[in-house]
Amino acid sequence: MPVKVLIPVPLQRLTKGQETVDGSAGTVITLIKDLDQKYSGLAERICEGDKVRRFVNIYVNEEDIRFMSNEETSVKDGDVVSIVPAIAGGC
Amino acid sequence: MDFTEEQLQRYSRHIILPEVGGKGQKKISGSRVLIAGAGGLGCPVGYYLAAAGVGTIAMVDNDVVELSNLQRQIAHSVRTLGMNKAESAKNTFEALNPDVNVVTIKERLNSKNILGLIKDYDIVVDGTDNFPTRYLINDACVLAGKPLVSGAILRFEGQVTTILPGEGHCYRCLFEEPPPPGLVPSCQEAGVLGVLPGVVGALQAAEVLKLVLGKGKPLSNQLLIYDALGVNFRKVKVPKNPDCKVCGKSPVITELIDIGEEYCSI
Repeated sequence: MPVKVLIPVPLQRLTKGQETVDGSAGTVITLIKDLDQKYSGLAERICEGDKVRRFVNIYVNEEDIRFMSNEETSVKDGDVVSIVPAIAGGC
Repeated sequence: MDFTEEQLQRYSRHIILPEVGGKGQKKISGSRVLIAGAGGLGCPVGYYLAAAGVGTIAMVDNDVVELSNLQRQIAHSVRTLGMNKAESAKNTFEALNPDVNVVTIKERLNSKNILGLIKDYDIVVDGTDNFPTRYLINDACVLAGKPLVSGAILRFEGQVTTILPGEGHCYRCLFEEPPPPGLVPSCQEAGVLGVLPGVVGALQAAEVLKLVLGKGKPLSNQLLIYDALGVNFRKVKVPKNPDCKVCGKSPVITELIDIGEEYCSI
């Protein structure tokens, strides 16, 4: 069972409309770079270099990676990874 | 205060709930809630809180009703086009429930006026449409110790979280910094499904009533994410960040600042 990655609506145009994509085990940063091979532009939207942008949060099974090992947090098969950008609309 | 016969009828479906009862309904009637923004989120939040009988509701908005608002901003109508949104919402809410005192604040929130405006209210609701105001409201609520129910929407996705200063996380613990201008589109640029603020606003109103009643579990230290397309409700954990700039161990934000105007265009 691969890593299940939940893509937020604003980034789904990069994943051909898919809300969930499969990723490979490793660390958060290797997972994102790996996904970028298939869905070009994804890494740049989420990261600046090897760091996750500060208005984007990544959760491995509901736990915020900033309170684990950041980009080096390990992800294993069967984990669910959520990418959650800040949104501000109220209108 | 004792309820009149009419009020007993109006609130009977609340009063019959063991978790509310006459005692809880009195708490609701005595509560004071400030809603920042009388738009997509502010309309349903205010509408439901007015129906519930919240004693005083302040609507903060300096904008006027436009035709493009009516696809989702349910407190306004063709009859109030061009009217200030707080004023338009007041008309609607008071028509629904004359028990409710709706205060209109026709100003834009800033670092100078916000603490004075929220001071007299028990709970603040964020339904604003830009990052600078969201961070300002968060910082003000943390500094003033006011509970804040925050909701945000874009396209088909909504986020809700409840901030209890001193107890749980704050918005800066969740997202450390606002995105640079231009990187995250606004509803005006990216669109929003008309019913989405209704779902998210109703969730915010439920959080407010739970806080007023002191019942249930607030969405503190959690973020609820709603995806209308996939019909998913997900919750993720939001720990209090010990390094948070405003509510951490050594806060660097001890007084309010206005984030640059350039953010307001996003």
